[in-house]
Formats: sequence, C-alpha cells, structure tokens
Amino acid sequence: MNRMLYQLPLALLLLIFTLPLFAGIETYTFETPEQERIYHKLTEELRCLVCQNQNIAGSNAELAQDLRKKAYEQVKQGKSEDEVVKWMVDRYGDFVLYRPPVKATTLFLWVGPLLFLLIAFVVLWRIGRTRRNQSSETDPVDEQSLEQARHMLEKKES
Amino acid sequence: MIPEIGQIALILALGIAVIQAFFPLAGAQLGIRSWVNVARPAANLQLLFMLIAFGSLMYAFIDFDFSVKYVATNSNSKLPTIYRISAVWGGHEGSLLLWATILAVWSFAVSLFSRSIPDVMVARVLGVLGLVSIGFLAFTLLTSNPFERIPMQADGHDLNPLLQDFGLAVHPPMLYMGYVGLVVPFAFAIAAMLGGRLDAAWARWSRPWTNIAWLFLTIGISLGSWWAYYELGWGGWWFWDPVENASFMPWLVATALMHSLAVTEKRGAFKAWTVLLAIFAFSLSLLGTFLVRSGVLTSVHAFASDPTRGVFILGFLALVIGGSLALFAARGKSIRSYVSFDLLSRESALLLNNVLLVVVTFMVLLGTIYPIIHNAFGWGNLSVGKPYFDLFFVILTVPLAIGLGAGQLLRWKRDTVTNLFSKVRTALIISVVAGVAATALLMPNFTFSAALGIGLGVWIVCTTGKAIREQLKARSFTSIPRGFWGMAFAHIGVAFFAVGITLTSVYSIEKDIRLAPGESYELGGFNFAFDKINTISGPNYSGNRGTITITRDEFETVLHPEKRTYFSSSMPMTEAGIDAGFTRDLFVALGEPLGDGAWAVRLYHKPFIRWIWLGTIIMALGGFLAATDKRYLRMASRARRQRRQAAVTVGATA
Amino acid sequence: MKSMRYILPLLLFTALLALLLKGLGQDPKEVPSPLVGKLAPAFTAPQLHVPEKQFSASDMNGKVWILNVWASWCFSCRAEHELVTRMAREHGIVVVGLNYKDEPADAKAWLQQFGNPYVTSVMDPEGDIGIEYGVYGVPESFIIDKAGVIRRKVIGPINDSPDEKPQNSVDELLAFLSKLEAES
Repeated sequence: MNRMLYQLPLALLLLIFTLPLFAGIETYTFETPEQERIYHKLTEELRCLVCQNQNIAGSNAELAQDLRKKAYEQVKQGKSEDEVVKWMVDRYGDFVLYRPPVKATTLFLWVGPLLFLLIAFVVLWRIGRTRRNQSSETDPVDEQSLEQARHMLEKKES
Repeated sequence: MIPEIGQIALILALGIAVIQAFFPLAGAQLGIRSWVNVARPAANLQLLFMLIAFGSLMYAFIDFDFSVKYVATNSNSKLPTIYRISAVWGGHEGSLLLWATILAVWSFAVSLFSRSIPDVMVARVLGVLGLVSIGFLAFTLLTSNPFERIPMQADGHDLNPLLQDFGLAVHPPMLYMGYVGLVVPFAFAIAAMLGGRLDAAWARWSRPWTNIAWLFLTIGISLGSWWAYYELGWGGWWFWDPVENASFMPWLVATALMHSLAVTEKRGAFKAWTVLLAIFAFSLSLLGTFLVRSGVLTSVHAFASDPTRGVFILGFLALVIGGSLALFAARGKSIRSYVSFDLLSRESALLLNNVLLVVVTFMVLLGTIYPIIHNAFGWGNLSVGKPYFDLFFVILTVPLAIGLGAGQLLRWKRDTVTNLFSKVRTALIISVVAGVAATALLMPNFTFSAALGIGLGVWIVCTTGKAIREQLKARSFTSIPRGFWGMAFAHIGVAFFAVGITLTSVYSIEKDIRLAPGESYELGGFNFAFDKINTISGPNYSGNRGTITITRDEFETVLHPEKRTYFSSSMPMTEAGIDAGFTRDLFVALGEPLGDGAWAVRLYHKPFIRWIWLGTIIMALGGFLAATDKRYLRMASRARRQRRQAAVTVGATA
Repeated sequence: MKSMRYILPLLLFTALLALLLKGLGQDPKEVPSPLVGKLAPAFTAPQLHVPEKQFSASDMNGKVWILNVWASWCFSCRAEHELVTRMAREHGIVVVGLNYKDEPADAKAWLQQFGNPYVTSVMDPEGDIGIEYGVYGVPESFIIDKAGVIRRKVIGPINDSPDEKPQNSVDELLAFLSKLEAES
C-alpha cells in the first residue's frame, strides 16, 4: 500500500470511494498475557500513517505491518507501553497517536468538553433559578386553547 | 439517450425548485393566495423529475452504459445486477443524486401529509425545502454531474469490492432518509420564524417529522456500524471516524430536539432553544456532507476530495446555516417563552438531557475538527481518535443515563426530592445490586465498568417500568398514548445499547493464530477447529473458503470465512465467518496463507455485541410508535373532515 | 448583553466557517516530521553497487547533502528523478539515495535506464532505516546540513511546476541548499 502512496491521484481517478484495507493478521506469540495486552493496545492506538484514518491493527498496509513488527519486537524485549509510544513519536511525531498528548497545542481539545459542561451547568442553574422566581402567569398550554388557536388560524387563512 | 433524459429531468427539477422556493415564500410574505398555492404542485413535480433523473441513472447502470463516466467508474460488465443498482449511490455523484431525490421525497411527503396545517405555513415550509433543493441540485449539476458522457469504454472499472454487499445497498438510503429528513423540522422552524408564530401547534406539527427522520437516522447509522463490523474484519463496530461522527452529531442533536419539542408542545417552553436545535440538527447534517466530500479530513470512507466541491458546499453552508442563524438572531428575542418551572421538574430534566446531548455533540465536533484547528494554527497535523472520544463519551453519557431514568418519573412544573426519591428508591437498589451481582457472578472477572454498564441498563429498565406503572395507575392499558410507549421503548433500547457496548468492550477476546487444517484452538471456552480450506470462484472474484467447526458442550456450528480476490483490483478482501448469538458472537477471519497449508486466522469471542444493534432497533421502534401517535393521525383526520364539511357548505350555497 | 445571546450562534458559526475555509487549503494527510532540527539518525548499511562496502551517515559530516528515498517500484520517483539528476549534475548537489524496500537487481536496472545521480545508493531492503527516518511513503527527501542536522523534509516528489506543492519545487530547494552551504 505504501508503494501506492504517491500514486494516489491516479488511483483516485479510478476509485471514487477509498475504503480501508483489511486487518492484517500476524501470528505473534507472547511470553506473558500482559505483553499481549500492551501489544494490542498499542496497535489499536497507533495510527497507520499512509492509510485513510485507520489504526495499525486495522490495516494491512506495508507500513502498518512494519510498525506492528516494531511494536511487537519492543514489547517482546520487555519495553513498556510508554517507551514504545515514545519510540514511535520520535520518528513520526504526535500524528501517529490516536490519543493526542496533553500539551499547550492540545489543551483546548482536552479541556474543551469539560469547559462546555461547566458552562452548560452554570447556564442551566441560572435558568432554573430565574424560571422559578417568575410568577406562573402563563399556564401550560392545554388541549382546548391549542385547538382554539388552531381554529382561529385556519379561519384567518382560508 | 436515456442519460440525456435524466440530465434534462435534473435541469428541470432545478427550475422547479426555483419556482417552489420563490413563489410560495414570496406569496406567503406578500399575502398572494395564488402564489401560495404553487407550493404543493411544485413539490409534486419536483419529485416526478427527480425520480426520472434517478431512474435514468439506474437504467444506465443496468444497461451497462459505459459511455457515462459515472457508470464506467463504478461498475463493470461482471458486476451482479443487485450491485449495479446499489452502485447508483456508490460514488460521489450518484450519492448526491440520491440526496436530492430523497429531499424531493420528503418535500412530497410534507405536501401530502400536511392537510391539517394552514396553507401559508405549508407554503413556507415547502419554500424552504425548495431553497435547499436549489443548492443541492446546483451543486450536482455544476460540480458533480452523474450523467457526464465520455467515449464509450469497452468495460467499466469496478465498484469497490467492499461496497459489493447488502450493507451498501441499504445503509446509504436509510442514512440519507435520516440526514435529509432533518430538513423538515428545520424548514418548519424557519417557516415559523418567518411567519412570526412559534406556538404549541408548530411544535406539534414538527414532532412526527422529527421522530421519523430520527428513526431513519438511527437505522441508517446502526446499519453502517453493523456493516463495518461484519465486513471490515477488525471486529470493531465504531471507530469515531469523521464520517461516522458526521452522522452521529445530527443524531445527537435530533435526539435533543425530540425531547425539547415535547416540552415546547406540552408546556410552551424552550421555544427559542427548540428552534435553535432544529437549525443545528440540519446544519450538522450539511456540515457532515462538507466534511466527507471536501477532503479537509482524512477518513476511512471519504469520497474523492475535490477542493472546488469543498468551496461550493462551504458557500452553500454559509448561505443556509448563516441565513437561518441570522434569522434566529433577528427573531430570537420575540420567540422567547416565559414559562415557569422548578429546578426539580420534568422541564429541568429535559433541559438537562438537552444540555448533555449538546455537550456530547460539541465534544464530537471538537474532536473531529481539532486536526483542522491544529493545522490552521501552524502546528501541523494531529490525530484524534477512539481513545479520546471513548473517554469523553463515557464521562458525558453516564450522567445522561442516570438523568434519563429519574427524568421520566418527574412531574411537570414542580416536584420534590422526597417524592422523586420514593419513586426511584426501589429501582436504585435493584440496579446497584444487579450491576454488582451480575458482573461478579456471570462475567469472567469483575470490573467496575461492567458493573456500571449493567447497573445503568437495569436502572433505565426499572425506572421505565415504574413510569409504565404510574401510567397504568392513572388510566387503562389501552388508553396509554402511543407517544408514551414510544418513549418507553426508546429508553429500553438505550438500556440494551449501554449494556451491549460495555460488555463487548470489556470482555471481548481476540486471538491471531496460525492454524493448519486439522488443528484447533480454544478461545472463550469454545473450540475452533480448522477443518479444511477450498478454492472458490464467484461471478467477479476467486478466492479461498475455510471451514471452521466451533464446538462447546452440546453446541456446534460451522463457519466459512472467505478470502476473495476481485478480478478488477488486486486488493484481497476478507469475508468473515460469524455465528451471531444473543449473548455472544463468534467471529472468524482468514488472514494470509503461511505455507504448508497453514493460515493466519483471527478468532474473536464478542460477548453481547448484538445488544448494541438490538438496542438501536428497539430505539427505532420507539421512534415509530411515537411518530404514529393517534394525536397526529387525529389531527390529520379532523382537518380532512373540516375540509369536507367546508366543501359541502360551499356546494350548498352555490 | 441579553440580545447578544441570540447572535452568539451566528458568531460561532462564522468562526467555524472561517476555520473550514482555511482547512480547505490544508493537506490533512501530510505528517509533520519531528526529526527536522534534530541530528539525522545514524545508520550504516551496504551500498547498492558495492554491497561489500558500507556507507555511514557520518561519512557525510561537514557536507550539505540530500538523502533521497527512492525505489524502482515507485511510480512518482520516476517523475522526480529527472529533477534530482539535474540538481546533482548541474548544481553539484550531493545526493545519497536510500533504496527503499527494493530488489538490488531491479534497482540497478532502473538506475541504468534513468541515470544515476547519486553519490551512492544505500540498500534498505526491510525499510528499517526508513522507519528510523520516519519515512511513510516514497519518494521522500531529507536535507541535512554540515553539522548533520536534518533541516528539512520533502514529502512527495520534487517538482518544477508552479501548480504543485511550492515547498517541493526545485528552485525553492536549491535556494535553501545554497543557504545551508553558506553556513559555516
């Protein structure tokens, strides 16, 4: 797949839809279940750089195979998840991570949802309070008045 | 010849869209009766011409007309007929034509089922639909013409083998019905703002349409996820890909809109907010179109990117969304509602639901476009994926699920903590106990997330059960309105969905293993025996087909995973073998041959994964029940009666 | 302030629109290299034409040079090859080839056919050196200064057409190289 990379414009003329390749399947064996877990987590969270938004577990692109192999070798040597991630980032940058690191440029990404939530709750609280203080002059719209309104509407328009 | 007919029909449809937009809107504003009356016939004609255009393209595919560029690109002479039909929407141009055709279908439906609504309102709604139609037809004709001719080709290229599947045949039409369907509540909201009359009647008219669009969107999205699950062979069902997010965001807002409309109709509250949600829901479906077709994001299933198309859609977005938000800014103040309710009330609960759903939407939007933001600031590309979305999704939806349970037991206007607590006490105890006990006793190992997921599911079911009992206390079984059943079903669907997601993500096991015929492997208590592998040949592919027998105790099943090579492309395709079950799926995919007759094989044991789709089916059923509530039908039949009476009176006087 | 609240959605949308417009001009696939500004990863590997002789990145210390990743199976390499040759022959640029995931016989035949602008080509049959350099597609080129620091990564083929990526244009690269040459 990696061979096709820069031929993409050509390929695109032929293929309007670009859909993923299939999961690559290797029969790696691990010494401990922990190593296997780390390996699977890594391949799920590392991005296949040449693919259209797939992790390296989900792609059979050559580069994905290579990166799986590198991940496997390192895990087997007993490296920790963080060490392998660092190794990948040193070569391919943060782009390779589906879990972006928390840093200045990604602060809004990580804080944003909680910020929205906070703002939402403040607004909610204030609405709740003001609504309670209002006198309940407007009664719930009941069936009858709705029907009347509708009647008047139709009369007016026909 | 036929493609030219389609081409002409498409151009005529654009002309009619202009008429459908201009006369009814202007007529409604200026009070010209005859202009208002143009709306319905225009919508009907619009559908007629769109069907001709769509039919022509389909005919070109069935007829192997490889002088049509789109046909030559997306099919070939060996492609089976069923896939030649679904290939009509397999590429950018055709799927856009599907979009526009479905828009015409919805417009027609509005003109048909709106007898109970004042003509001026209908005219405005159809006028707005006409405006949207102009945009999409112009986009199709100017940048993405599906009828473009090229010199006759000996044979076509091919439809992407991945798309040669039942899933593709049904997923896009359903999804688009939902996407495009959101245009109806949008048009109602704009029409109501133009008319300056946002009342309970407006909310009542919008509700069934919103429910139906939501129902299609629910089905469309779950079909897509089910298809990805069985077709892509990585055992996943949701990847938070931009395309998936593009469909999920409108769904979230549409869900919020359904709830908010309920409050607006019943209590006359949240009017401005409801209007805003109606605008957001459709805006997000347009935004999705932009994200998928402009190439600003890399996605698993993005269409071929083309910046000119991107600019066009962006301009269209600016007009439609910008225009409606400007209208909202101008009219917002006047549509404010002053209805009082307590901090603890059904209204507050529904407001909380809305707020949380909108925050989830914001989160998904932020994660989806953050790579663009990051790049725009000159910090380079960035990937935001599943780990990010999963984390925040859980954080934000757990309170949503808890609130859902309690909210349906709250009284309108005002309730008390003691009252609420007395109602939920039993449900609370049962769900905590059931969550912990079921996880500890039935699951392979105890995890907090599994207990939480099961607990939440039980909580929703119990509180919904309690709500049903409360209804039964007040009235007989048969007089409980369908709308209530709709809510109950949709909520129970959420319970199944929550349990399904949790258990499958916590307890799935997978193994990639080398297996030669005669060998076997044990996974999740099941014995997977690799019996043999044969070569196979299909109409447009050849490949290998494995036979794997799975046994456990009395249970036995045989799966046939396949590895196919389509003649038209060199990419090998996997067809997984899946044994679906109520409590677990067994999933086998073939990898590469490893020599000596051995193959790399991937085995999955996925507990409760079917509950995810079961949940969405139940939700959709709820949407159907709510949309077909007698009140809406009564509304229609009453209008018919009045019309008939009026006709009789007129006849008598004449 | 009260009336602001109804304009807020419009303002937010305008900001989103501006962002998306900017996004249209960006390439979402390009991976920025973390190696730019860092020492080029060291490697020692057999040369294509004289496999018994090893080449080390450190051999190039004190020179401004280009590490050009190419392969005989790579279609776009052919497109840029003429320009790489021109840079080497007419402008005296030192270019080392990294023959990526290739068969030596195919690679030699390819150079025979299209000309050999490289001081030498290094074999990377498994793509290991490629991974050290963060290569994710071919062709790619790394511009390395006298101190052995990667100063720029060129992703995709070098071009001489105004319609293509301006940061990959021959003139731009030559100007950049002569700037590096001028550094002490």
